[in-house]
Amino acid sequence: MAVGDDILLQVEHLTMRFGGLVAVDDLSFTARQGDITALIGPNGAGKTTVFNCITGFYRPSEGRIALRHGNALAWDWLETLTNGGERNLTRSAGALYLLERMPEYLVTQQARVARTFQNIRLFPGMTVLENLLVAQHNRLMLASGYTLLGVLGFPSYAAAERAAIERARTWLDRIGLTARADDAAGDLPYGAQRRLEIARAMCTEPVLLCLDEPAAGLNPRESAELNELLLAIREQQGTSILLIEHDMSVVMEISDHVVVLDYGVKIADGAPATIRDNPKVVAAYLGVPDKDVANVEAEVGL
Amino acid sequence: MGADVPGMRADTARALRDASVTALLAFGLFLPLIGFQTVTNVRNDLILVTRWPLLFAIVAIVGLGRLAYALAVEPRLKQRALRPATPAAAWRKQVGKWFIPFAIGFVVAYPAIVIATAGFGRAVKWIDNFGIQVLIYVMLGWGLNIVVGLAGLLDLGYVAFYAVGAYSYALLAKTFGFSFWLLLPLAGVLASFWGILLGFPVLRLRGDYLAIVTLAFGEIVRIVLINWVDLTNGYAGITGIPRPTFFGIPFSADDNGFAAVFGLEFSPIYRTIFLYYLILALALLTAFVTVRLRRLPVGRAWEALREDEIACRSLGINTTNTKLTAFAMGAMFAGFAGSFFAARQGFISPESFTFLESATILSIVVLGGMGSQIGVAIAAIAMIGGTEIMRELDFLKLIFGSTFDPTQYRMLLFGLAMVLIMIWRPRGLIATREPSVVLKERKVIGADLVKEGHG
Repeated sequence: MAVGDDILLQVEHLTMRFGGLVAVDDLSFTARQGDITALIGPNGAGKTTVFNCITGFYRPSEGRIALRHGNALAWDWLETLTNGGERNLTRSAGALYLLERMPEYLVTQQARVARTFQNIRLFPGMTVLENLLVAQHNRLMLASGYTLLGVLGFPSYAAAERAAIERARTWLDRIGLTARADDAAGDLPYGAQRRLEIARAMCTEPVLLCLDEPAAGLNPRESAELNELLLAIREQQGTSILLIEHDMSVVMEISDHVVVLDYGVKIADGAPATIRDNPKVVAAYLGVPDKDVANVEAEVGL
Repeated sequence: MGADVPGMRADTARALRDASVTALLAFGLFLPLIGFQTVTNVRNDLILVTRWPLLFAIVAIVGLGRLAYALAVEPRLKQRALRPATPAAAWRKQVGKWFIPFAIGFVVAYPAIVIATAGFGRAVKWIDNFGIQVLIYVMLGWGLNIVVGLAGLLDLGYVAFYAVGAYSYALLAKTFGFSFWLLLPLAGVLASFWGILLGFPVLRLRGDYLAIVTLAFGEIVRIVLINWVDLTNGYAGITGIPRPTFFGIPFSADDNGFAAVFGLEFSPIYRTIFLYYLILALALLTAFVTVRLRRLPVGRAWEALREDEIACRSLGINTTNTKLTAFAMGAMFAGFAGSFFAARQGFISPESFTFLESATILSIVVLGGMGSQIGVAIAAIAMIGGTEIMRELDFLKLIFGSTFDPTQYRMLLFGLAMVLIMIWRPRGLIATREPSVVLKERKVIGADLVKEGHG
């Protein structure tokens, strides 16, 4: 596969086996910088498994997942890095990370890939503001001199904390939760919890934001607000987005590129308009009447 | 209100049924325990004696108690659950504001208050048995609170670190003659080293499994202390541990002693008062550091770990390091307390570091409310202070006869108190959580939202 100039994430031959079950089978796709890439497919197609592989929660059975920072020249180092056995290669022009070699916390800390979860995972007993500060842990840890200077009350930490609160406040304004900053996160309504989880992930300042069904359980108005939020994130932060979604109003409206999975295999890859009319995709999602099976199978080449 | 009468009748019938079932259960349970007693007569024969009046009295108390609970307490609890939560009254806010300064003022003035009320001679007992003893457990409770209350890691072997601190001080002070002030931090460092050592193998464990392994760790340390006779002198323990000095001036009766130097008449009370302020300072240091840590990223990461470990990992937090720092911090304060304990007693043996100690410290944390420092302090005063107070209740002998010893009922009363508190306040005395940072308005967070941790 030729690596284009604007590619941010490149997944190649990704395979994940759980015992005898092949959840993801030889999947390859790319996500371009500044794009919103959607990963769709029927239930059990292996979408969340792909996410867990990209974000380091699973170690894939096979395959390479590479992410670039900075200049596109970094892609030229891909083979050197793969053969070298290191996790990442950083030079002045940019950096290249092999995510399959990294534990999940380093994927966020160093490769700067953030994620949300299908079933919301906030810190329910901490306030909304605290949730956003925990997301800035690594920067604050450095400012507090790995706790030592912080315990002794050095002013440098106080300044860093003020900046962190300011950043949190900006995000609270954007997701419309400033008034509830001091309430427990578990007390928020469902839609607000979804938005807060996205804001929390954004507080880690990611280059790639992975959202696992961000519109699940939202009403049409909330879905529309979510679309605006995601487009604004791409516009203002320049963060690329990879999302799993079932809500086609979200997928078709905001994504630039769609990858369709079925039974762990990629069945289509392209712009939203072409995906919508792809017979394989229609068959995978809706099924076909019994009398048409032979026709469709012939058409899609099964 | 015609509809209410059948409802009330049904309630009464249910209460009566409950009470008779409870009484029956009590009868079955206490028949072998209290109904029969084996005694030896003058010829040394074992004979069976029955104690029917006592048995029936107890069964009646249990049955009537259940009846009273079902008729009087239960409806009120139900009503309270239905009533919407009212915001805290103004006077409670005022009390909350002044409580901590007042409490600190009181503990600082405590020796003076005791001397003024009990007199110079009797004050030693009150400062030592009551003040110092309670403060040691307050400090241990605060230390364990970091591990259990903040990080949500259930640790049943906390006493091991207390033992490491105590033996570090005892052995190093006796062998090398190092001073208390040098060994205090060293004991803390050694204990936190053992905390990290325990932390590594249990990183992947959660909940019950973590509790079992920490329990085993506590026992291993105690059994090593018993069996490594060459180093620790086994069961016999270590005697003649050097006592702490007043910055180099010993508390002795000779000319270089504290009393002589300051032109005072010699009395053991000076050492006791010094030890009291020492443990007070150590306990306040623990509290101060914990308050600071809660507002630092590491403290927030501990609490986030308790709330949701997977979310922590997704935010780039190294959960391994976070857990290890929690174990190390908790162990360090136990190490400080242990070296103080050794210096105060002058004698230590493995008997002081049994599982019962771990259980006591853990129940102080659980009773106080996990995560709450004030709650833990109150629970320590109630549990440890309560025991000491029971020794003083001599007037009960006038009521129950001269053979009555209130301290023998200690465990029974503790058990009862714990059951009652867990009914009344299932999440401990102070179950609400104070946020570590505030944007506009400080609001406490209800216990129902705060997680207890999975280990």
